[in-house]
Amino acid sequence: MSSEAATMESHHAEAGKARETFRKVTQDVAWVAEAPKPHPLWLLALGIALIMFGIGIYSIYVVVMTGIGVWGNSNNVCWAWDITNFVWWIGIGHAGTLISAVLYLTRQQWRTSINRAAEAMTIFAVMAAGLFPLLHTGRPWFAWWMIPLPNDMGSMWPQFRSPLMWDVFAVSTYLTTSVLFWYMGMVPDLATFRDRNVAKGNKIKAIIYGIVSLGWRGSARQWHRYERAYLVLAGLATPLVFSVHSVVSFDFATSQLPGWHTTIFPPYFVAGAIFSGFAMVLTLLIPLRFLFRLQHIITQDHIGAMCKIMLATGMMVGCAYAHEFFIAWYSGNIFERFTFVSRAFGPFWWAYFSMVSCNVLVPQFFWVKKVRQTNILIWILCIFVNIGMWFERFVIIATSLARSFLPSAWAYYTPTRYDVGVFVGTIGLFLTFFLLFFRFAPVVAISEVKGASPEAHAGKGGH
Amino acid sequence: MSETHAHDDGGAHAHDDGPADGPLYGVLAEYDTPGELIDAAKKVRDAGYTDFDCFSPFPVHGIDEAMGIKRTILPLLIFGGGFTGTVGGLLLQWYCNSYQWKWNISGKPTWSIPANIPIAFETTILLAVLTSFFGMWMLNKLPQVWHPFFRSERFGRVTDDAFLIGVEAKDKRFDHDTTTKLLKDAGAIGIEDVHEDPDPAKKVMPRWILAFIIASTAFALIPFAIAAKARNSHSSEPHIHIFPDMDFQPKYKSDNAMDVFADGRENRGEISGTVARGSLDADDLYYRGLSGSGADKAWTTSFPTTYPDGRKFVVDRKLLDRGHNRFEIYCSPCHGYDGHGHGSVPNRSADIHPADLIGAPIVSHPNGQLFNTVSNGANTMQGYAAQIPVADRWAIVAYVRALERAQNASLEDVPGPDRGSLQMPPITSPGTEAPK
Repeated sequence: MSSEAATMESHHAEAGKARETFRKVTQDVAWVAEAPKPHPLWLLALGIALIMFGIGIYSIYVVVMTGIGVWGNSNNVCWAWDITNFVWWIGIGHAGTLISAVLYLTRQQWRTSINRAAEAMTIFAVMAAGLFPLLHTGRPWFAWWMIPLPNDMGSMWPQFRSPLMWDVFAVSTYLTTSVLFWYMGMVPDLATFRDRNVAKGNKIKAIIYGIVSLGWRGSARQWHRYERAYLVLAGLATPLVFSVHSVVSFDFATSQLPGWHTTIFPPYFVAGAIFSGFAMVLTLLIPLRFLFRLQHIITQDHIGAMCKIMLATGMMVGCAYAHEFFIAWYSGNIFERFTFVSRAFGPFWWAYFSMVSCNVLVPQFFWVKKVRQTNILIWILCIFVNIGMWFERFVIIATSLARSFLPSAWAYYTPTRYDVGVFVGTIGLFLTFFLLFFRFAPVVAISEVKGASPEAHAGKGGH
Repeated sequence: MSETHAHDDGGAHAHDDGPADGPLYGVLAEYDTPGELIDAAKKVRDAGYTDFDCFSPFPVHGIDEAMGIKRTILPLLIFGGGFTGTVGGLLLQWYCNSYQWKWNISGKPTWSIPANIPIAFETTILLAVLTSFFGMWMLNKLPQVWHPFFRSERFGRVTDDAFLIGVEAKDKRFDHDTTTKLLKDAGAIGIEDVHEDPDPAKKVMPRWILAFIIASTAFALIPFAIAAKARNSHSSEPHIHIFPDMDFQPKYKSDNAMDVFADGRENRGEISGTVARGSLDADDLYYRGLSGSGADKAWTTSFPTTYPDGRKFVVDRKLLDRGHNRFEIYCSPCHGYDGHGHGSVPNRSADIHPADLIGAPIVSHPNGQLFNTVSNGANTMQGYAAQIPVADRWAIVAYVRALERAQNASLEDVPGPDRGSLQMPPITSPGTEAPK
C-alpha cells in the first residue's frame, strides 16, 4: 500500500511537470501576440517596412500608369530586374515549404519550432514574387487572359505549351497550397488563442480568433483526420516545391539563348532556392527570436542545423557554376563559350564575382562550429547569401540577354529609380506582412512543439 | 486524493451543478497525462460506449487504437481529387489548344503530351490539395463555432494542457451515475456535467453572422451582375478608357490629315533630288549605256571602259563565260540557247513571240540599246534590272554580240589554218539529199 502511494506521488509529480511544460509552451508563444504593447524595436522595424512598402506603391503606380518603359529594360535586357526579383522571391519561398513538408516527411522533429514562421515567409515571398510577372506584362488589368475562360474573342485561350503558362499554373498552385497548408497547421493554435481570450474575457478578440479557428475542439477523431490530411498535404507539397522551381527554370531552359539553354537548370535552381530560403529564414528569425524571447524554443541547435543545410546547398550551387563552365567548353559551341567567358569577364564581371564570393565562399565559414554558434556572424553571412543569390539570378538573366547572337543588339543594363522602387517595395510588403504575422498569429506551432516534446509521452506504459 | 486534486487544479464545478440549465449534454472527465487518457479511453470503449471522444492539446499517439477509430476515408477522396485534376488538366489543354481552336505554334503538334505534362501535374496537385483541405474540414464537421462543451471552463484548457474524455448523453449506454463512476475509476482527476444552453437561439448560428454572410454574398454577386448586364445590352456611349494615354497616344500615324503642311497631308514625300546611299549611278555609259554628253547623248556602240570601282572593263573570255552563264539562266527560257527566240516559253504559249536576237533588227542595235533592253525591257519583255546586276548585264550584251557574230559568220571569219577543219562531213542517211 505504501509503495503504491509512493508510486502515485511520483506519478503526480511527473504529470505536473508535463503539464507545466505544456503550459509554458502555450504561454511563451501566446505572449508574443498578447503583450499589451509591442516592442519598440518591432515598431521601428514596422515603420521602416511601411515606408519601403509606400515607396513600392508609388513606384507601382508610376509603372502601371505610364508603362514599363520607366524601367531600364527597354533594350535587349528585357527581363532585367523584374524577372530577377521574381525568381529570387520564389526561391526564398521554397525554404518554408521544405521545412514544413520535406522535413515533416523525413521526421525531423526540430522543424516544429520554425515551420510556422518559415511557412508564413513562403506565403509573403510568393506574394511579392507574383507581383513581378504581373507588372512585367505591362498591362496587369489583362492578367485574367491567363485564365482559361470562355470568351467571345475566338482563339483567346492560353497557350498551354508555353513555359510561361506553366509558370502561371505552378506559382498559383504553389500559393494556394502554401496558404492552405499554413492555415490548416495554424487552426489548433488559433483555437488556443481563442480559449485564452475567452478565459480572459476579451470579447472582440475571442470572436475573431473563434471564427478563424473554425470551432476546433482538439478531439481525437478530429486530430485523426487532421493528421492524415497534414501528412498528405506534406506529401503533395514536396513534389510541388520541386516542380515550381523547375518550371521557373524552364522559362529559361526551353529558350535557345546561350547560357539559358541547359538541362542543369532545374536541379541547379532548386538547390539555389533552398539555399536562399534558409538564408532568409535565418535573417528573419535571428532578430525576432531575440526580440520575442523565443530562444528556448528556436534554439541554437536549430540555427546550427539550418547553417549546415546552407553549407550543403551552397556547395551544390558552387558545383553548378563550375559545371556550367565545363559544359560550355565541352560542348564546343562557340556561342556557349563566348557567353560564359563574357559572363565572368564581360561587362557584368562585377556581378559575377559578387555572386561567386557570396554564394560559394561565404558559406564555407559554416564549417567552423564557432561560426555556427555566433548569431550576429550568422546573420551577416546570411545577408551576404541573400545578396549573392539575387546576383545569381541577375547574372543569368542580364549576361545572356545583354550579349546574345546579334552583336549589333548588344546592350548594357542600368536600372532606373522605378526598378529600385518596386524592388524595395516588395521587400517592404514582405517585411510588413511578416512583422504583422509575428504580432498577431501563433508564430510557433504550439501543438506540434507539445507533441514533439518528451512530455507528450508522459504516463504511457510503466503502470 | 484525486477529488481534492481536481479542485486544486482549478477544474471548475466538478460534481457541482452550478448554473446548469437545459438538458444534460454529456459528462467531461479530465486525466493527468496522455498515457492515462489512452488507458481511460480503452476502458470507456471496452464498456461499449460509442458516442464519446477524447480531447487533447496535440494528437496523442496510440489514442486511435485505444478508442477504436476507423481509418478515415480522406486519402481515397484525395486520390479522387488528384485523379480528377490529372484528367481535367489534360482535357482542358486538349480542348483549348487542340480541339476548340487548333493553335499552330511554329508548326508544332497542337496536342503533345510532354508539353502538356507540367500543367496536368499542377492541376493534379491543386485538386488533391483542395480536396484534402476542404475534405478534412467536411469530415470533421467543421466549421462549427458553437458546441455545448464550449460552455465548460475546463474544456477551454484542452488547447493548453488538459486531457479530457467527453461522453455524450445520447449514447445508448449512457447513464449519469454509472458513466461518471466508470470515468472516475479510470483515473479521472476531475469530472463535470455539461448541459446544453437553455436558450435555443444559442444553438443556431448567431443572427449577425448569418446577416453578414448573406450580405457579403449578395455584394460579391454585384460585379457579375454588372458584367452580365453589359454583355446583354447596348450602349451608345464609348467604352471607358481607364488609361486614355495608352489608347490615344500623342503621335501621328500615316495617311492622315494634318494642317501643319500646305498640302494638308501627314505623309511627307521624298525631297526631290534625294539619292539613296550607294545609288548615285552617275556614270551614264556604265549604268545606262549612253555615250556623249548633253544633247548628243546616244546609245554607245562599244562597251564601258571602267567599272565604278576603277577596274578596267575588258571584254575577254572570262566576261563572255559569265555572259554565257547568265544568258542561259535569264534569257534562254524565251530567246532559246541559240538566241533565235525558240525557248521553252514560246513553245508552250502561242501568244509569246520573243525577238530573234540573231536577225534584224536586233543585230543592228548598238550595244547601249541592247543594254537598255536588258535593263528596262522592250515590247512585252520585262526589264531585268532588278534581277541582274549591271556588270552581268554588260556580260550578257557581250555574249549576245558573240552569238550574233558566230551565227552570221562567213568562212573568212575563221582564221586561215583552221578553215580546212570546217568542212561539213557528208550526211549519209537514206532519203535525204546530202548538201553539197
